[in-house]
Amino acid sequence: MTMVGRHHLVGGLMFLIAAAAAPALPEWVVSLATIAFANALVVLGLVVLWRVGLVSFGQALYYCIGAYTVALTARWAGVTDAFLLVLLGGIGAGVVAFLVGFLLARYREIFFAMLSLALSMILYGVLVKTESLGSTDGFTISTPTFLGYAPHREELGLSLYWLTLAVDAIGAILVGAYFRSVSGSLAAPIRDNEIRVEFLGVSVTRIIHVKVAIAGILGGFGGALAALSIGHVDPNMAYWTTSGGFVFVTILAGAGSVAAAFVGSLAFEALRSFAYDVMPSLWQMTLGSVLLLTILFLPDGLGSLAARLRRRGEANTP
Amino acid sequence: MLTAFAIFTDGLVYAAYLFIVAIGLTLIFGVMKILNVTHGSFYAFGAYGAATAVGIYTNAGMPAAAGFLLMMTLAMAIGVVMGIVLERGLLRLVYGRDEVIVVLVTYATFLILEDVIVLIWGPGSYAAWQPMVAAGSIDVGALVLSNYDIILVAIAAGLAVLAYWALRFTRFGRLLTVVIFDRETAGAFGVNVTLVYTITFVIGAALGALGGAVMAPKISVTLGIGVEVIVLAFAVVAIGGMGSIEGALVGALIVGICRAAAVHLVPQIELFVIYGVMALVLVVRPYGLFVRAQPRKI
Repeated sequence: MTMVGRHHLVGGLMFLIAAAAAPALPEWVVSLATIAFANALVVLGLVVLWRVGLVSFGQALYYCIGAYTVALTARWAGVTDAFLLVLLGGIGAGVVAFLVGFLLARYREIFFAMLSLALSMILYGVLVKTESLGSTDGFTISTPTFLGYAPHREELGLSLYWLTLAVDAIGAILVGAYFRSVSGSLAAPIRDNEIRVEFLGVSVTRIIHVKVAIAGILGGFGGALAALSIGHVDPNMAYWTTSGGFVFVTILAGAGSVAAAFVGSLAFEALRSFAYDVMPSLWQMTLGSVLLLTILFLPDGLGSLAARLRRRGEANTP
Repeated sequence: MLTAFAIFTDGLVYAAYLFIVAIGLTLIFGVMKILNVTHGSFYAFGAYGAATAVGIYTNAGMPAAAGFLLMMTLAMAIGVVMGIVLERGLLRLVYGRDEVIVVLVTYATFLILEDVIVLIWGPGSYAAWQPMVAAGSIDVGALVLSNYDIILVAIAAGLAVLAYWALRFTRFGRLLTVVIFDRETAGAFGVNVTLVYTITFVIGAALGALGGAVMAPKISVTLGIGVEVIVLAFAVVAIGGMGSIEGALVGALIVGICRAAAVHLVPQIELFVIYGVMALVLVVRPYGLFVRAQPRKI
């Protein structure tokens, strides 16, 4: 079997196990996992960018647009269908990312990070000053339905969890395919030396524009799913600390593989709720320490740990 | 006319504040190419240190001027200690890694220090308004100007002149310019680059703490003050051009005046006018207003 086929098989099995295990798990675990897997999409988008060496400190922009698109469509148009809402959230953020991409694709390194930060802070400022949208308090989203099926409480949590997993699976397959495409495989050469890639007759700006758009779409889907799961949106979704959290998970997970984004996001949510539960006044310190230790001792993220163990295993078997 | 004058004075005071917090950030970036998120912590520690100092001297019944000096000295001492510990203890380990990775190291440190503040000073907020009240105010026409604001503008102007003089006319300033221009060549000519890095970082940290100290009387010293100031300082530095002192000055003036104009004319846009201006400037000048063109490396 080919490598790609094996990866798909293992990934598919993991998703099936994650989906099948949900009814047996307590409610809070399911809702934590829903948020984690929704955020994993945003992280997947950051991984796409990180492969060319770009870090966006403003990914919360697309996250927030996805969330507010869902919330506003539900509120103004009375749409309650979760599938439609999530799709609209992804498309909304994708359109914004495509437009913003014309500007962002010209920037590199710190400047890329700073400009995306500025853009997300503009959205934050607008939302905070918009009284009709609840200003800093935000507003709640009415309970979603699934093609006419209107679950309550526990069933609602499970339905949203499965919806998130389904979107994740589609996202993972598509991003995996993108990584194997020509445009996707040019990421490492661009990171090493952009001008040489240009000399090959490829427009680096256009490739980066595509990546910004992909990351934006993923961010929008993540925000839309998170908004439905939380049932509430507020401007903090666009604040720079939200973006910082996503970058944190990206570094924790590493850009090695698609799967790392999901494992990393789950690990991060678990770590955050654990730290918040056990040491409520020290949870930022815990997060900061974990980030520091990861950077110092696991430069390629948790994903590299698996690869390292595999290599050691191969070395031991003659 | 009155509004225009009010915009001008408010803008100038806000610009002074922005310049004081941005100069340390831009200095560290210029020399070490580190976008230092921990600068927000330096600011917060400076503010808390100043609030503690204000508490001490108010209880001891010292004169206001001495108290003001005590407050600044204590804050800068905190900044120096933090700068040494951070640079020698942590940043040294990640020199040579990707610029973005170093940003994340400072971000992680920032997160840790946010909780250290809670450990030292507790979750409550502190008031340190005494120096501001003691300074009094003057009337200029229909406007009341606080003398403390005038002192703030004077401090910012003093810092700008001092930085200009130190970079042009002192031995260390010349060495700094050399290191900024080409670190490796400077090292080959016998400049102790490691020492220059440490000193730069310590100066930057002390300036960040000083920013917190002078602002403490004007704000409520509470949790999370570092979070906001760090993005503001980034915006100013990005507008002016990262690593440029005159850029920080111009960036602070632009942002200060724009924000004051927004506050007086269209208060709805106050929060995002800063980032709007930043985005606008970066569209026209991608690397800021005062930045040397970089050669393309093939």
